[in-house]
Amino acid sequence: MSSAEETYYCPEPSHWPIVAVAGIFGFTFGTALTVNGAVIGPYTMAAGVLILAYLFYGWFSDVIGEIGKGYYSKKVDISFRQGMLWFIASEVAFFATFFGCLWYYRNVASDWQNGVGYLGSTFKYLYAHLYEAKEILSGAQEALSWTANNGHVNKGGDFTNMGGLGVPLINTILLLSSGVTITIAHHALLSGHRKTLINALGATIVLGLVFVCFQAYEYGHAYASLNLTLESGIYGSTFYLLTGFHGFHVTVGAIMLLVVWARCAKGHFSKDQHFAFEAVAWYWHFVDVVWVALYIFVYWL
Amino acid sequence: MSTADVAHDDHHHGAPTGWRRWVFSTNHKDIGTMYLIFAFCMLIFGGLMAMAIRAELIFPGMQLLSPDVYNNIVTNHALVMIFGAVMPAAAGMANWMIPLMIGAPDMALPRLNNLSFWLLPIAAFTLVTSMLAPYLLDFGTVDTGVNTGWTIYPPLSAKVGASMDFLIFTIHVLGISSILAAINIIVTILNLRAPGMTMMKMPLFVWTWLVTAFLLILVMPVLAGGVTMLLFDRHFGTSFFDAAGGGDPVLFQHLFWFFGHPEVYVLLLPSIGVLGMVIPTFSRKPLFGKTSLVISMAILMVLGLIVWAHHQYTIGMSLGTVTYFMIGTILISIPVGLMVFNFIATMWRGAMTFETPMLFAIGIILMFTFGGLTGVMLAVIPADMQYHDSMFVVAHFHYALIPGALYGLYAGVFFWLPKWTGRMYDEKLGKLFFWTNVGGFNLTFFPQHFLGLAGMPRRIIDYNVAFTEFNVMSSIGSFIFGISHILMLYIIIKCVKGQGEKATDQVWEGAKGLEWQLPSPPPFHTWATAPTVK
Repeated sequence: MSSAEETYYCPEPSHWPIVAVAGIFGFTFGTALTVNGAVIGPYTMAAGVLILAYLFYGWFSDVIGEIGKGYYSKKVDISFRQGMLWFIASEVAFFATFFGCLWYYRNVASDWQNGVGYLGSTFKYLYAHLYEAKEILSGAQEALSWTANNGHVNKGGDFTNMGGLGVPLINTILLLSSGVTITIAHHALLSGHRKTLINALGATIVLGLVFVCFQAYEYGHAYASLNLTLESGIYGSTFYLLTGFHGFHVTVGAIMLLVVWARCAKGHFSKDQHFAFEAVAWYWHFVDVVWVALYIFVYWL
Repeated sequence: MSTADVAHDDHHHGAPTGWRRWVFSTNHKDIGTMYLIFAFCMLIFGGLMAMAIRAELIFPGMQLLSPDVYNNIVTNHALVMIFGAVMPAAAGMANWMIPLMIGAPDMALPRLNNLSFWLLPIAAFTLVTSMLAPYLLDFGTVDTGVNTGWTIYPPLSAKVGASMDFLIFTIHVLGISSILAAINIIVTILNLRAPGMTMMKMPLFVWTWLVTAFLLILVMPVLAGGVTMLLFDRHFGTSFFDAAGGGDPVLFQHLFWFFGHPEVYVLLLPSIGVLGMVIPTFSRKPLFGKTSLVISMAILMVLGLIVWAHHQYTIGMSLGTVTYFMIGTILISIPVGLMVFNFIATMWRGAMTFETPMLFAIGIILMFTFGGLTGVMLAVIPADMQYHDSMFVVAHFHYALIPGALYGLYAGVFFWLPKWTGRMYDEKLGKLFFWTNVGGFNLTFFPQHFLGLAGMPRRIIDYNVAFTEFNVMSSIGSFIFGISHILMLYIIIKCVKGQGEKATDQVWEGAKGLEWQLPSPPPFHTWATAPTVK
């Protein structure tokens, strides 16, 4: 009980969890109100977001202060690391869901709805008479290919698919290089080269932000020139779902990188204690890998 | 390390006082207590809804409720019981017992732990908002209330009014809470075990929670993704679940049950863990074949993840697909059967006594096995085509979940109540509670098997007069079952108020493990220095 090596740090009562609850409540409840057109909805949402911003600032400041006071033993560090890894695991499951949906729409949905191939066998034997009557499934019948559907009753109008070259290719190169620069920064941190660390991490942030800007430009282009919108049938739906959630994660990752960059500049990290840096690096690599999968499955195939 | 010493002295002075103790808590015992109290409140809330359903169904025709209100109550009864009662109660026990069992000073991430809990009351608030939205909030659209059942299948769920949005965000908040709690539990188990407490020496309850937490991390995000897509379909013009837009409503069913089936094991496994503690204690024998139990749990987890579509046999999947899901589902009876035999083998030739926790444990083995057998019936495709969406299904999953999940938690409450409060509960009242509760439960749900086989559909407010007798029996049973919980509350309150015989440290003669070496009740901070396990 005489050193931090032997006692596990159990924090004192803290108000941050309750602040977090207030923020999450404001944001979720406010969103539910907003989508239904309630006037107070956007204000509640905004209040939630502000509280969350205050929360992250305050909670993490507390934690950083505790590190500074040397409260954290090796074991606490391992807890943080494992916690972050399992959090990323849950994020993997979240994105895997959307990739799974994409696979399902492309390879299963239209076959089994239209009685094509072995997936449609039940349909053929049980519902063929309905198929002939062409009444019940008229919408699905006309859905020939999953990219050619303009949405319910043509609500989205004709659109052009997003190509794989141009901006998406540049974005791929940007994110992959940012994965290299953050690795350079990590090695610099481990070998004590502070200048390289700060420069390489700064480059990572710039690459991430440029990526987000390009993504925003691409969305503008899709809406303005390609008429590719959320309402453009299942192609538009999945395109925006996957790229949108990924873009949100890149934005969050870039903010996290900014914080870590500022902390590097202040000299918070040592060779042995730099959990926050590694956590953000892992997160960034995760976002990177998701993009590669996105580029292959959404833009190419 | 003098600073660490100061910090150490600072926060080991005992419990903070007043409301701050609970709202700002970082103590696993206090958070566990809050989880348990919340779960009991939700159990009563969900139970009252169940009794309203049975009061409506006691006779054919409309008694008390309108169809929309009835549907709304059917939906929310399920959600409240699963997310409000069973999961938080199991999480409360995990909070209380895992650190004591593995010799940890607290949960690994105590502040995150408090966040996981306090998300639940706001989720409950949002859920109640969803229930009352049709009556209280006017968004200028027709709102029938969530009349879809807890499975919220589109296209119906895409057409419900604002109450569905509140439900979607309830699910999001519950998901955040569960994932954070699961992360915390896994990290605690993997990182904070006392020296010498190897994985295979961990008590079964800790093992079951490790598997449960892992499942939660895998499947909760899938549900979150699914309801997010539903939200987009409802408000942002996407076509995920709209066949006319190239989407597929059945995909939601796949997403839902990819979460929903493992969720059954999330509800079940912690209770199996309690069984693994209770049965050896009252049989005064070590657990039979613990390694095989752990392995069968791992198999159960893997199989549980790949058999979801047995909930959807009637949607028209191809023959090959349904056959695969049938075989996978029936295979699950092997690891589950192995668990049951292990528990029976633990009791075999043991010096058994029958205190309330043990009565519940034996009740689980009998009644849960029965629920499992009707599950095998439902897994068989041609049979399921007949049973699907009938009262038989209702009887089946209540036989699986009430003994399988709820009775395990009751066993845990009676088993650990003396440890938590320092007082023995009233054994006579405990036994009375067991018999009225089990009697009421069987009277409620056993007749529903016959109703289902005779063709009574589930989730419908009215029924054919031919089904009257069994429905009357079932409703009377449900009132006995429901009201018996007042007795449980009384027993618990007596212990909490410090009435009854003082409990020893070991509490039960046959109890073994680190948690029984601590005083009853344990001090505010325990295992500040980790014990060494031999």
